[in-house]
Amino acid sequence: MVVGALASILGVFDISLDKLSNGELWLAQFFRGLSDGATYASVALALVMIYKSTGFINFAQGSLALLGVYLAYIFSVEQGLPVALAVVCAMAASAVVAAFIERVFIRPFPPDHVLPLVIVTLGLLLIIDSAVGIVWGFRTRSLPSMFPSGAPIEWGIAQLTWRTIGNLGTVFTVVGLLYLLLSRTKVGLAFRAVSSNLESARLVGIRVGPTLGFGWALAAAIGTLGGSLVVPDLLLEPSIMLRVLIFSLAAAALGGLDSMVGAVIGGLVVGLARNLLVTFLDLSELALATAVAVILVVLLVRPTGLFGSTRVERV
Amino acid sequence: MSSTYLEVRGLKAAYGDIQVLHGIDFSVDEGQIAVILGANGAGKTTTLRALCAMVSTEGSVRLGGEELAGQSTADIVRRGVAHVPQGRGTFPDLSVEENLMAGAFVRTDADVQADIEQWYETFPVLGERRTQTAGSLSGGEQQMLAIARALMLRPSLLLLDEPSLGLAPMITRSLFEQLTAINEEAGTTMLVVEQNAALALGVANQAYVLEAGEMALSGPADELAADDNVRRAYLGY
Repeated sequence: MVVGALASILGVFDISLDKLSNGELWLAQFFRGLSDGATYASVALALVMIYKSTGFINFAQGSLALLGVYLAYIFSVEQGLPVALAVVCAMAASAVVAAFIERVFIRPFPPDHVLPLVIVTLGLLLIIDSAVGIVWGFRTRSLPSMFPSGAPIEWGIAQLTWRTIGNLGTVFTVVGLLYLLLSRTKVGLAFRAVSSNLESARLVGIRVGPTLGFGWALAAAIGTLGGSLVVPDLLLEPSIMLRVLIFSLAAAALGGLDSMVGAVIGGLVVGLARNLLVTFLDLSELALATAVAVILVVLLVRPTGLFGSTRVERV
Repeated sequence: MSSTYLEVRGLKAAYGDIQVLHGIDFSVDEGQIAVILGANGAGKTTTLRALCAMVSTEGSVRLGGEELAGQSTADIVRRGVAHVPQGRGTFPDLSVEENLMAGAFVRTDADVQADIEQWYETFPVLGERRTQTAGSLSGGEQQMLAIARALMLRPSLLLLDEPSLGLAPMITRSLFEQLTAINEEAGTTMLVVEQNAALALGVANQAYVLEAGEMALSGPADELAADDNVRRAYLGY
């Protein structure tokens, strides 16, 4: 009876015991999961930066990254810059674009009224994605990776590739630099002060608008970097970042929307879960739904995520 | 006689369509403490917010002879105006020390760290909790931190909105003693909005009574404290 039920479940999901007992396959998917996870983590970091400072999710974050990745494509493939340099230029360019967008479309709205702002970011998502499609067309392109191909460590089919190492190294470096920026510099103090108490931030003389604009610029640069890590694994086309955004949202929700460490760990967990589910349960059609399920479960069970802060405030 | 430091003429303020201040006049002399009394909703908090451009205003606000009207909050702070808002004047997610550093945000001199140490001496409990987040402090400790945070600006004018709100009477009294000492030592001009009228009139030099957005009474604090109407309405005896 139990065996029969188990067998039918295995049947539904097309689970083969051969696969499940294949250690190399597990390890291969573990590495791939980490690599994907690092990319989700970078975009999740960008989401967390905006959420921390403004209290809303910037749905246009993926679109800004999309724009950045197209710019990286132009700089590297069309203009012939080395990929890493092209990505840095694209990060700078997307930061400028994001600062402009913040100034024109976001700052006119009072920062403490979140709903209109969320709707504006949804509008920006649609506009930027369409504009990218109009300008660069819908055909797929491929952006080379910043990191060399090949793998320094191999066990059969399981490869720890340079790209995986590079993706992980990048995301940890970004977190480290962000931590230093936020905890050791004056602009970081201003940013955290605005996040913590908008009114008191004004009353100590912090210029709130430019501080939030700086947050947007920085988040866009990080998002573009994340996008540039993702795209070499997939193909570049105008809807690519929408999928990444959903996985990154799941990562940010899982880690706790206001925690940078949480964003990284959430990203890695989501990346691992996705690869293992797709490989062992043949759930590739449901991969996106899985991400949404993660968001739902987190919101239901632990709304602050794994590392998010429940605001302690005695009065 | 000391000279006028803050001079307010025809100050109006509104939240959207709701006019709260209907053109009030008042002034505070340099190095003095002035208090604004008034019932709930009279416009006391709005008056302080108007001075910092935290609400849309009309009228003239002159600080040391220089017009502040039309300037942004950030620029007014740079002119030396510190404001301790009612209730949550701190950054709850930042540590005590970071709150004090944020208070000195517009300062560029090298004495910031020395000032922080000085406020730890004045308020030892803040020194003990320097690495704790402000949100984890008790109400009284947060109020001390909010005031120390404001003083980190080395303000020429300190605005205090209900500093005694929610504090135990003993803590309130020591807080006012400290404010008086700071006023005497640093010569900081202060404008205080306070429900505890007896206490406030005790430390203040000048007093104003706001009623429904109009200035109803003004005069030296000791004269107002002796006024029968003020006594009945605000002192309760």
